[in-house]
Amino acid sequence: MRDVAVIGIGIQRWGELWERSLRDLWVEAALNAINDAGVDHVDSMYVGCMTPGLFVGQEHLGSLLADYLGITPVPATRVESACASGGMAMRAGFIEVASGLSDIVLVSGVEKMTDVDGGGATYALATAADGDYEVYNGVTFPGLYAMMARDYMRRFGLTREELAAVPVKSHANGVHNPHAQFQGAIKLETVINSVMVADPLTLMDCSPITDGAAAAILCPLDLAAKFSKGRPVVKVAGMGAATDSIALHSRGDFSTLNSTVIAAKRAYDMAKVGPEDIDFAEVHDCFSIAEIIVSEDLGFFEKGKGGKAAAAGETAIGGKKPINTSGGLKSKGHPVGATGIGQIHELVTQLRGEAGKRQVEGAKRGLAQNMGGSGGSSVVHILEVK
Amino acid sequence: MSVPGYWREQPQRYRYEANRCKSCGKVFFPPRRVCEPGCDPANLEPCKLSQTGKVLTYTIIHIGPTQFADEAPYAMAICEMDGGGRITAQLVDCPFDKIEVGMPVRIEFRKIQQDGHAGILMYGYKVVPG
Ligand SMILES: [Zn+2]
Repeated sequence: MRDVAVIGIGIQRWGELWERSLRDLWVEAALNAINDAGVDHVDSMYVGCMTPGLFVGQEHLGSLLADYLGITPVPATRVESACASGGMAMRAGFIEVASGLSDIVLVSGVEKMTDVDGGGATYALATAADGDYEVYNGVTFPGLYAMMARDYMRRFGLTREELAAVPVKSHANGVHNPHAQFQGAIKLETVINSVMVADPLTLMDCSPITDGAAAAILCPLDLAAKFSKGRPVVKVAGMGAATDSIALHSRGDFSTLNSTVIAAKRAYDMAKVGPEDIDFAEVHDCFSIAEIIVSEDLGFFEKGKGGKAAAAGETAIGGKKPINTSGGLKSKGHPVGATGIGQIHELVTQLRGEAGKRQVEGAKRGLAQNMGGSGGSSVVHILEVK
Repeated sequence: MSVPGYWREQPQRYRYEANRCKSCGKVFFPPRRVCEPGCDPANLEPCKLSQTGKVLTYTIIHIGPTQFADEAPYAMAICEMDGGGRITAQLVDCPFDKIEVGMPVRIEFRKIQQDGHAGILMYGYKVVPG
């Protein structure tokens, strides 16, 4: 297997982008990544997208997007793993370059979510849960994560204030991210007193509905120096993916995401590092409770201590383990299929030392964790400066 | 909701048909063709999901999906049934402040949703304090 590097990244400011179409958003991000890398062609491409059929009535994205990027007849494949579609597209591209099949591969993600109303978006997102045995009976995604939060709070004594510290921290980071949907700080009371969605989670515990795309260019590490333009070369040091039961009720433990535990172990083993060697991380905070549980499942904190760590500022920029320096899904936005590649964008930005006011000092190794549904799938990548 | 899609789930929604692995004792609802790699698939036998169980975790949904929007706020719980098998179901006929993890519940046959004003009525299981 060949070592793989990320040589280009592209994105735009995410948000409610009424005047932009799916193809328009995606092509912009892809062109940004191609220009950033300085490549004159790509050999293959992957696009992560959860459900363009339900959101915009369009499937067959591989061909549509290759066509609009002007790169036909390169092979192009859509990858779907609910909200982990972007991370899984990254994985597919990594495998293709590592295997030696292709040299320059475009990996990307996109979701155009605001063409449908709130009910339509809830319906589309709910297809990531068990349709006949969860959704049929009335559960929503906030409801599933609320049941995890209830279990966690009861067992580990997490307080409402500690839980609210997560979105407060993420928004504080998002203020310094020009690509973030929301670039405003919020107060603890705002989180606690905002509209109840699924008890104990309020609106400000939940990531928003977002339009957006992100892209990255991968190549063999041996070729990466050619494209570095004096910037640090970023290597994909580790990758791991795993699945779990799609229905939350089938899990042994509602306060642990086993797919994340296993995906992380695989990524750490490949990179030959442990959680203590990670300088910063982008994690899948679709809901505030998810960031706490994931920060433990990645091995950053002991089980039951993640909330206390967040409340103590350990996950803030300048803290012991900065998490979601981009603002996370909560503040940067969560265009579901694009989210996993958006995380890779932030990792590369930090590792190049180009993160401006949200820069983690001396960042040499970062981790991205992207998750589908209530944790039915997870994918972890570890990137490091070579 | 497609009519065949609704119709073929009736054994579970109306009669709680499940199955059990004779090798390890696990109960599956809905029934499965395979248990774990170590268990012989020929050892799966039909059984019925117990009508009684307890709440493992719950939430009160304040903003519901379109077809449940009029019912909100409503409670949902993950329940472990006696003898094995788990469900995610609405917990009804109970004030929200009386809901507790560990409380006993039993399954009742109820109307779950309806497809607009003229579409099919859809039934299934909810749980009540038991
Ligand atoms: Zn078995």
